[in-house]
Amino acid sequence: MFKNVLIPFLSILILVSILLYVIPPSVINRLLGSGSGALGFAIAAVVGSITLIPGFISYPIAAGLISQGASYAVVATFMTTLMMVGVVTLPLEIKYFGRRAAIARNVLNFFAAIVIGLLVGLILDVIL
Amino acid sequence: MKQFLKKYQQIIWLAAYAVATILAFVFGFDPGKTIFHNFGKSFIEMVSFMPFLFIIVGLFDAWVPKEKIQKHIGQESGIKGVALVVLLAMLQAGPLYGAFPVAYMLWKKGASIKNIFIYLGAFSSLKIPMLGIEIGYMGINFTLARTLVSLPLFIGIGYLMERYLKNRHFEVKDGSH
Repeated sequence: MFKNVLIPFLSILILVSILLYVIPPSVINRLLGSGSGALGFAIAAVVGSITLIPGFISYPIAAGLISQGASYAVVATFMTTLMMVGVVTLPLEIKYFGRRAAIARNVLNFFAAIVIGLLVGLILDVIL
Repeated sequence: MKQFLKKYQQIIWLAAYAVATILAFVFGFDPGKTIFHNFGKSFIEMVSFMPFLFIIVGLFDAWVPKEKIQKHIGQESGIKGVALVVLLAMLQAGPLYGAFPVAYMLWKKGASIKNIFIYLGAFSSLKIPMLGIEIGYMGINFTLARTLVSLPLFIGIGYLMERYLKNRHFEVKDGSH
């Protein structure tokens, strides 16, 4: 089991680190920092789906985005897609769950992330 | 040759990356160094959750009988089964792909489709160790709002996935093919 898990995981890590080079935190900051409209929202969902950033790096990025004026809705969408939708990990996910289930799960989670973002934004920006 | 490539595809990929990284450091190629730096960060994350992952999978595999899993989180389990998989997921750590081996083990032991996907949903964003860090950075209001909004959506996705996959020969494999 160790070999079956470790080697695919290491391959994913390489992809993840190349992607993090192509889309570094500074670019994410620029893309999401101020744009909180519909476009910022769409970018947040797409960038979050494509990239896979280790948790302890993604939280400082998210906190930085808020302090730069991004809305809670955009940041919550970004974080949720980051955690739940994985384009980089899709090949690995297909190996475990099959093509149909893996794609369905990612598509459903993508839309769920947008709903989560909107609701979190509504709760924090409007109600509180 | 083709078969050889297919069989050792991932090893070749790892070796190619290792060679490229060494070359990047020898010739001072900055992108290569940055990518290796990123790799290091992700690697630390992986190393920190892997032992726990293997312990959980190993313990379940050896000690929890199939009948128990089937009874508690299988086809007939209902709301209590949902609560159990959410709880199990919350106690773990690591990125989503770290949950795949556990999902395989749960499936092998008779967990229902619905509970497998609820487990994945809860694992992806309700892990207690991560919630701690999230509260530190984002505050308690944000974290509470996000988790309380997310949970019912994950459970809904579990039900949708089960409806969609039920009669479509769905199975979880061990990820090696």
